[in-house]
Amino acid sequence: MAGLELLSDQGYRLDGRKAPELRKVQARMSVFAQADGSAYLEQGNTKALAVVYGPHETRGSRSKSLHDRAVINCQYSMATFSTAERKRRPHGDRKSSEMSLHLKQTFEAAVLTELYPRSQIDIYVKILQADGGNYSACVNAATLALVDAGIPMRDYVCACTAGFVEDTALADLCHAEESGGGTSLALALLPRSGNIALLQMDARLHQDHLSALMEAAMTACKGLSKVLDGVVRQHLEEVSVLTSE
Amino acid sequence: MRDTPLSNCERLFLLKAIEEKKRLDGRQTYDYRNIKITFGTDYGCCIVELGKTRVLCQVSCELVPPKDSRPTEGIMFFNLELSPMASPAFEPNRQSELLVLLNRQLERCLRNSKCIDTESLCVVSGEKVWQIRVDVHVLNHDGNLMDAASIAAISALSHFRRPDVAIQGQDVTVFSPEERDPIPLSIYHMPICVSFAFFLQGSYLLVDPCEREERVKDGLLVIAMNKHQEICSIQSSGGIMLLKDQVLRCSKIASVKVSEISELINKALENDRKIRKEGGKFGFAESMPKERITTLKRDKAPVEMTDVEETANDIVNRTETTTEVVPSPVLVATGTAQVGEGIVNSWGLDEDEEDEPLTEDRKTDEVMIISDSEEEEVVILNEEAQKSKKKK
Repeated sequence: MAGLELLSDQGYRLDGRKAPELRKVQARMSVFAQADGSAYLEQGNTKALAVVYGPHETRGSRSKSLHDRAVINCQYSMATFSTAERKRRPHGDRKSSEMSLHLKQTFEAAVLTELYPRSQIDIYVKILQADGGNYSACVNAATLALVDAGIPMRDYVCACTAGFVEDTALADLCHAEESGGGTSLALALLPRSGNIALLQMDARLHQDHLSALMEAAMTACKGLSKVLDGVVRQHLEEVSVLTSE
Repeated sequence: MRDTPLSNCERLFLLKAIEEKKRLDGRQTYDYRNIKITFGTDYGCCIVELGKTRVLCQVSCELVPPKDSRPTEGIMFFNLELSPMASPAFEPNRQSELLVLLNRQLERCLRNSKCIDTESLCVVSGEKVWQIRVDVHVLNHDGNLMDAASIAAISALSHFRRPDVAIQGQDVTVFSPEERDPIPLSIYHMPICVSFAFFLQGSYLLVDPCEREERVKDGLLVIAMNKHQEICSIQSSGGIMLLKDQVLRCSKIASVKVSEISELINKALENDRKIRKEGGKFGFAESMPKERITTLKRDKAPVEMTDVEETANDIVNRTETTTEVVPSPVLVATGTAQVGEGIVNSWGLDEDEEDEPLTEDRKTDEVMIISDSEEEEVVILNEEAQKSKKKK
């Protein structure tokens, strides 16, 4: 893919966005009737589906239950048709296990688990189409699903990726920008307090640029939180209109 | 086997000590333990000792067909194993969370940062490339496996020499080490992981946590950097909340530590190269001191003792001496001695028994019946002996 420059001279990226612009976010909540909470989120071309069951009694081994908190169980998987080449092992490989662990840690920090001792909250996330920012889409979808399930949280958990090209920080990377070999930082943020729940960065970046990169990611997350908030409010309006009659 | 859980008092002690900025082995907050790097007799084998944590890394290579998507690049394969000899908590054939995390972090630190030139590993484009396999085995777990593993991996990769190849048309000849000197890998930079452990909701952080400190930590931040101040990977785990300036501060600390450790690795490589050139003895056997007991050896721990004596004297002087007088024992009969008078029986007995006054004037030669038995008659054995004693 030679000749595709990530940032043109006029400041436009591959898909026509400017450097700090996010992709279009569309989301719907309560997409499944069976689950306690569910959400479907599209961030550009990346499509993620999240389903929440819980809080319920700890299934399986009793030893996993904690006496003072709820246990959060996450599973991340990608559909075999989600990437350009068909994935042969959707879950169980190391990358998926690591993502599941990170999701679990992110939400353990955000959900008020002390309210549900000895119980378990299950979060299942599936990527239907992967076009960069898989982890972020998962986190955002899972946040909406948790809100839909009525599980109390400290704040919205918003995640976004950011990259660095020629001294400019790009927000919300697509697949071509991520795999182009440049830096990519994934950040999960609780917007109101500014606390970072998860920080993950690959590829080389000079130390001096770290501050600018993190700033770009945090601004993007705050913008995203407004979008998610709007989605939740709109959903509540729709539901209340339907049930008030 | 399940690891013994940490007791609450030990946990509180550790957290209290961290609050007062004291560590178990007397280190400062940003201090690393002693790092010792030794190379084996083969190229590409290295043992790293970080305090008591011991990690072995072995690099090997093989000619394989390349991946379809990248026909001109060599393949790097990383594998980290938690050997059961490292800790009772590690069981064989159990894929634990820690194993996944360590493996992924090692892969990210070394592969995504492109520290090795994979294009130079290509022999015949599309047909044969070198596959470099890095195996890391944890031999002893005393905390901070990630740092030790990354140091071991990069040292072993720098030490490794691959066989020389010659291509003539379609023929590929691999020369053995005796025929032609093996070639080192081309390494662009040396990424090294630095771990920061956070305690008490992120208010305190420690560099290079030992095993006990790791058990009470809230979360971990691993920053991989090289000595050119480039961050190769950042990973936060454990569900702690970080602030942006905390991360920036950690990266500054990491850059200092990484330059020190890089120095150490280069020096160790230099030493090994010199010894091999001069024909001296090298390898693991040489690095272990002979005729010395090594298992129970303990390094001197610098513990702060400045005000221990004063505090101790303080406490001793402050305590009042007890006013309780303990009477000396009184020999009442053969085999029966009495210390003190005892208190009134408070078991809720009948009324008349409670009013029984305590007889102070006990005759010493009277035989005391000290028994709670309900029997009417108490038979005293050895009566004749008593009587004969009295007569005397």
